[in-house]
Amino acid sequence: MGKSFAIAVSVIALLSAGVFAARIWWLPPDISALGLRIDGQLAETMVFTGVLFVAAQLALAAFVWQSTGRTATIRLFPGGPMPLVGAATAIVGLEVLALVFIGTRVWSQAFLTPAPANAIHIDVQAGQFAFYFRYAGPDGKFGVPHPELINEGESNFFGLDPKNDTAARDDIVSASLVVPVDQPVLLTMHSKDVGHSLFIPQLRLQQDFVPGLIIPVHFTATGITKTEIVCTQLCGLGHYNMRAYFEVLSKDDFAKWLTDQAGQ
Amino acid sequence: MSASITELPPTAPHHHVPPESFLRKYVFSLDHKVIGKQYLGLGLIAVCTGMFLSWIMRYHLAFPDKAVPLIGWIAPTFAAGGVITPEFYLQLMTMHGTIMVFFVLTTAPFAGFGNFVLPIQVGAEDMAFPRFNMMSFWVTFVAFAVLVAAFFVPDGPPLSGWTAYAPLSAVGKASGPGEGLGQTLWVISIGIFCIGQLLGSLNFIATTLDLRAKGMTLARLPYSTWAWFITSMIGLIAFSVLLPACVLLLLDRVAGTSFFIPAGLVVSDAVQPHSGGSPLLWQHLFWFFGHPEVYIAIVPGFGIISTILPAVCRKPHLGPRVLIGCQLAIAGLSYMVWGHHMFLSGMSPASATLFSVPTLIITIPAAIITLLWLGTIYGSKLRLSTAALFCLGFVSVFVTGGLSGFFLSQPSIDTYLHGTYFVVGHFHFVMGVAAMFGIFAGTYFWFPKMFGRMMNETLGKWHFALTFIGVYATFMPMHWLGLEGNIRRYSSFPSDYMHGSLPLHRFITFSALFLGAAQLIFLVNLLWSRLRGPVAPDNPWEATTLEWSTTSPPPFDNFGGVHPVVYHGPNEYGVSGPRGDYVMQTDPPMAATPVAATPVAVT
Repeated sequence: MGKSFAIAVSVIALLSAGVFAARIWWLPPDISALGLRIDGQLAETMVFTGVLFVAAQLALAAFVWQSTGRTATIRLFPGGPMPLVGAATAIVGLEVLALVFIGTRVWSQAFLTPAPANAIHIDVQAGQFAFYFRYAGPDGKFGVPHPELINEGESNFFGLDPKNDTAARDDIVSASLVVPVDQPVLLTMHSKDVGHSLFIPQLRLQQDFVPGLIIPVHFTATGITKTEIVCTQLCGLGHYNMRAYFEVLSKDDFAKWLTDQAGQ
Repeated sequence: MSASITELPPTAPHHHVPPESFLRKYVFSLDHKVIGKQYLGLGLIAVCTGMFLSWIMRYHLAFPDKAVPLIGWIAPTFAAGGVITPEFYLQLMTMHGTIMVFFVLTTAPFAGFGNFVLPIQVGAEDMAFPRFNMMSFWVTFVAFAVLVAAFFVPDGPPLSGWTAYAPLSAVGKASGPGEGLGQTLWVISIGIFCIGQLLGSLNFIATTLDLRAKGMTLARLPYSTWAWFITSMIGLIAFSVLLPACVLLLLDRVAGTSFFIPAGLVVSDAVQPHSGGSPLLWQHLFWFFGHPEVYIAIVPGFGIISTILPAVCRKPHLGPRVLIGCQLAIAGLSYMVWGHHMFLSGMSPASATLFSVPTLIITIPAAIITLLWLGTIYGSKLRLSTAALFCLGFVSVFVTGGLSGFFLSQPSIDTYLHGTYFVVGHFHFVMGVAAMFGIFAGTYFWFPKMFGRMMNETLGKWHFALTFIGVYATFMPMHWLGLEGNIRRYSSFPSDYMHGSLPLHRFITFSALFLGAAQLIFLVNLLWSRLRGPVAPDNPWEATTLEWSTTSPPPFDNFGGVHPVVYHGPNEYGVSGPRGDYVMQTDPPMAATPVAATPVAVT
C-alpha cells in the first residue's frame, strides 16, 4: 500500500504539473499595458510553486517508498531540524522577498499611481444587475448624480437632473464599456445598491464596487477586441446575469462611436 | 524532556458524579467524552448535509438544462420539477459554505476530537468547566438547528454566501428574494455559534493550563493538545470579534441601524432609510475572524498528524519545539493577514502591500512544519494503517493547497484570480480537504479508544485510496478553470459566457460524485465497526500518550480512580525499553536507550 501511495502521489504531482506547464487551460490573451508584467509575475510564481510542489510530493513519495516495510534501524534526519528550518526560511523567504518586490512594483503601477493626464474619464455605476458607463459629453463635465432621481424605467440610471444641471444634459450613458486602443482610461466606480465587481479577464482587471465609495481604476487597452465584463461579487439573485460588453476600438472608430452616442 | 515534577499542580478532583439517568448520560451529559462524541456526531450530520448540497450544485453545473433527480420532490418550493434556479443555486452555495466551515471544519477537529482527547491527554478527569462544556455543545446544536430552519421559511435560506457581505445581507428583503427571514436566521445562528465556541475555547485553555497531571509540563504536552490549545487561543479572539459583528448586522436588519449601510443606497428603485454605515467595516470584522478561522480548521489537523505520525513511523517527531513554535507563529501571524481577502475591496491600495507581506511570510512556518513531517517520515519504519495513510494524504494535500496560496497572497495576481475557481480549488485543498484528512486520520486512530472496537482496516484503506484520487480529480481542475478566468458563484454557463469550460465542469462533477460515493465506505465502516468491530486493546497503536494508558473506552473518570503521573515526553519512539521501541508518558523513569540518536546507515 505504501509503494502504491508513493506511485499515486508521484503520478498525480507530475500529471498536474504537466497540465500547468503545457498551459492547456490558461489565461486569455492579454490586451493591457500592464498585463505583460502581471502575467510575468504569475509565471514566475508558477515556476517557483511548481518546483516546490513537485519536489515536496516526490520527496513524500520517496520517503514513504523507502520507509514501507523497512525492518532496518530507524534513521534520523541528517543534522536534525535546523537545516530544514534554515532551508525553508532561506528558500521561501528569498522568494517571498522577490515576489513582494516584483509584485509591489506591478501593483503600484496599477493602483498607486494616478491615471495619466490624458486619460479618458468614464464614470461607472453598478446596480442589481447591470453596469452603466457614463461619458462626459462635449462639455467635458459630468452632471451631478442624485440617488433619489434614479429611475430605471425612465432610463435615468445615474439619477441625473438635466433640467437644473447643465453639465448633465450632454452626458452619454452606455450599457457597454467602449474605449479607444492605446489610450489611458480612468474609471470611477460606484454602486447604487449592493456590492458588485467588474472583471475583464483580458485586461487582467478586477475591482469591487463598494456602496458609499468611489473607487478610481485606470488601464490602457492595447488591442482591438470585443469581449465581456462580468460581475464577480455576489450581488443577489440575478448575479449570474450581470454582464456587459467591453469593446476596444481604434481611435477613429471610438471618436465616431462617441459622436453617434452624443447624437442619440 | 527532563523537567522537574515537584512544582506541578496536582490533578483536580472530579467535578461531578457519574450520571445515572439516560438524559444525563447520553443527552445533557457533563462527561467530556460524551460531549466530544456529540460534537463529532453533529459534524457527521453537518458534513452529510453540506456534501449533499454540493452534489446538487455540481450536478446543475454539469447539466444546467436538466432537472436534478429527486430535488423536485425534496424541495418542491425552491426547485419545482427539479429545476435549479439561479437564486436557489446561490442559496445552496451559501448553506454549503456555512455548514462546512462552521459546523464541520470547526466543530469536528477542534471541539469533537479536542473534547474527547484533550482532558485524557493532559491526565485530567474532565474539562475544567463541565457545565460550560455541555452548554457549549447544546448552544452549537441550537445554532445548527436555527441555520437549518432557514430551509423552511417562505423565502428560503440566504443567498449572500458564507461571508454575508453587507449591504446585501443588511438591507433585508429589499435586496431581493433570499434576503428575508432566512438571512436573519443565518445571522442569529452564527452569533449563537460564536457563543458556543467561546465557551469551548475558554474551557480548553483552562483545562490545558490548570488540570494537567503531575509531571505533565508544557514541554511534555502531546502535540495534539498543543494544537487544540493554540486553536483555542485563536478562537477566543476570532469569535469575540465575529459575535459583535453579527449583533450589529442583526440590528441593521431588524432595528433600522446603519452600521454597515451607507447613505444614498437605491435598492429595488427605493432610496434606503440608512446613512453613515460602512460595508467595508463588515468585511474587516468578518475577515478578522475569517482568516484565523482557516487556522481554527487546520491547526487541530497539524496536531492530529503530528501525534499520529511518530506512532506510525516508530520514530520521534523531528523538531518538536520547532513544530510548536511554528504553530504559535502561525497563530500570531493569522491576525495580521485578513486584508488579503480584501485586496479588491476598495480599501487603500497601499494597505494591500502591507497585508501581502505577512501573508507571504506565514508560508515560512507552514513550510517548516511540512518539512518536519517529511523529515519524520524519512528513514522510519512506517506502519501503514489507515490513520497513517490519511496522515500522508494530509501532507500531500496541504502542500498542494498551501502552494496555491502564493498566487492569491500577491495583490497584482489576485486582481485576476480573486473571483475565479482558482480560489475555490485553493481553499478546498488547504482548508477543506486537509482538515477532513485530519478528521479521518483522527477517527481511524482514536475510534478504538472512543468505542472500544477497532475499525476495519481493509475498508479503511479502500476509503483512503478512492478519497485521495477523488480529491485531486475534483479540486485540482478548479485551478485550471480559474486560470481560464472561469468565475465562481455562477449557477451555470449554459449559453455563451465560459461555455467552453463545460467539459471540465462535467469532469469535476463526476469526480465529486465519485468522491462522495467513496465516503459511503467510511459510513459503512463506521457503523459496522461500532457494532461488530473486533474488541480494541488499550493501546493498539503502541503510542505513548496518556489516553493509551487507560482502558478502551476509558472509564467515567478516565483513569479508574488513579491519578496518572507523567515522567516522559510524548515523543519517546525509536528507543529500546521494556515495552519495545517506545516509552509511554506514564512509564516510570528508566534508562531508555535511543536506538538511533545519531544518523544510522540503512542496512
